[in-house]
Amino acid sequence: MHSDIPPQFSFYPETQRPEAIRIENLHKSFGKLEVLKGVSLTAREGDVVAIIGGSGSGKSTMLRCINFLENPTSGRIVIGGEVVALRPDGGPADRRQIEKLRQHLGMVFQQFNLWTHKTILENLIEVPVHVLGTPKAEAVARAEALLARVGLAEKAQTYPAFLSGGQQQRAAIARALAIEPRAMLFDEPTSALDPELVGEVLGVIRDLAAEGRTMILVTHEMKFAREVASHVIYLYNGVIEEEGPPEALFGAPKSDRLKQFLKSVS
Amino acid sequence: MLGIIGATAAASTLDLLAWSPPGWGANLLRGLLNSILIATGAFWLGAAIGICGAYGKLYGGPVLRDLLAVYTTVVRAVPELVLILILYYAGTDAVNQMLVALGYERIQLSGLAAGIGVLGIVQGAYATEVLRGAILAVPAGQIEAARAMGMPPVLLARRITLPAMLSFALPGLANLWLVATKDTALLAVVGFAELTQETRQAAGATKAYFTFFMAAGVLYLAISLGSGLVFGRLEAWARRGQPGVGGASK
Repeated sequence: MHSDIPPQFSFYPETQRPEAIRIENLHKSFGKLEVLKGVSLTAREGDVVAIIGGSGSGKSTMLRCINFLENPTSGRIVIGGEVVALRPDGGPADRRQIEKLRQHLGMVFQQFNLWTHKTILENLIEVPVHVLGTPKAEAVARAEALLARVGLAEKAQTYPAFLSGGQQQRAAIARALAIEPRAMLFDEPTSALDPELVGEVLGVIRDLAAEGRTMILVTHEMKFAREVASHVIYLYNGVIEEEGPPEALFGAPKSDRLKQFLKSVS
Repeated sequence: MLGIIGATAAASTLDLLAWSPPGWGANLLRGLLNSILIATGAFWLGAAIGICGAYGKLYGGPVLRDLLAVYTTVVRAVPELVLILILYYAGTDAVNQMLVALGYERIQLSGLAAGIGVLGIVQGAYATEVLRGAILAVPAGQIEAARAMGMPPVLLARRITLPAMLSFALPGLANLWLVATKDTALLAVVGFAELTQETRQAAGATKAYFTFFMAAGVLYLAISLGSGLVFGRLEAWARRGQPGVGGASK
């Protein structure tokens, strides 16, 4: 099922790396409230795009539009070169196309959202076995390897509620990796964690960035964004106020709003 | 003289519970079996209606939601005895009229099928509300996580939502099961040979009312106690992923 996915191309020159995710002129309204007012983004294979911004800036909504957990009001979304067919009102025209695309996007949520009635191992093999049709033995072997990788090998048979927040989030990352996604989407992965547990989760995400995974990351951790991101987008009030490489954005912010924002979160 | 008659009467009424005639034990047990059969059938039919009803109420269009509201409101408002009389007589009549109109023979609806159908429809209305509440209690994030990985809706319901809501639904479903076992007694009014009807016949024939109705009471109590054990285990299993807060999970 995943054989059509190109391997990581991070050694290619910048312009030749294939596009993983492209958003064009995305608008999103909740009733009368317009939360996204025409935002665009291009992530090539191996890019780590960090989306930062204040509360209510629309950064989570922007991320959630990529896999249609929120339906955009208008705009264009291209995943792995495939244009997502939209209805005139912006919602997806073809549910199956969305389901297929979602199987290439590993999503990690602020609240972990592990399935509480399944063990950690069952959480990891659920979608590979029941949606992607991976043979169970193979899925289990891969899940165990992933759990070892995020340091949870001995928790495979434990239910999520018996783990700490940090462990749950690491398990949730492993669950997203288990579908062998083309790109990872992180929606404030450390915002629900106690401060002393943030480090272990960031460590796992840092490793993923280092191996050249395509990631889009909504975060409040500015230091971390500066460290792992290849591109940073600062969203203000539904508009991209400033974007660029992390050194430029964090080192020499141009807009006053970004300067003020960085001052307020540091 | 009177004492001797009294003693023989007591002894003989207990003898009346013996398995083979002149004992009525086999009749009572047959009634019990029928009651359990009907209750089981009605419970599952009700659960199936309830799952469809709950999903319809939560995700259906306005017309479907209105129809379901009418169903749950009417069925829960009218006394079950009245419903049974209406559905049993009117229901079989309607089926027959339809058959005749289509050119088929009239049929005699079996008491078992009619009983399961009637009680199932009653159970379905209550189950719809129990399951709707339980589905709403599943954290939205868990459903969203499944959607985010491309799980199609029916698979999502089967693999995630329904198992996750079970721990919230089981206390209500256990109630419904007990109600189902006792509602089978109402089918006595349409002459179906369930436990109460068999008991009435045995008691009427022998005049040993006290003995037979006590025996029936004990049998109903046994169903109830056995069910309690089963549902306790089921609930502990359904809550396996949740840290205990006491109650049935212990």
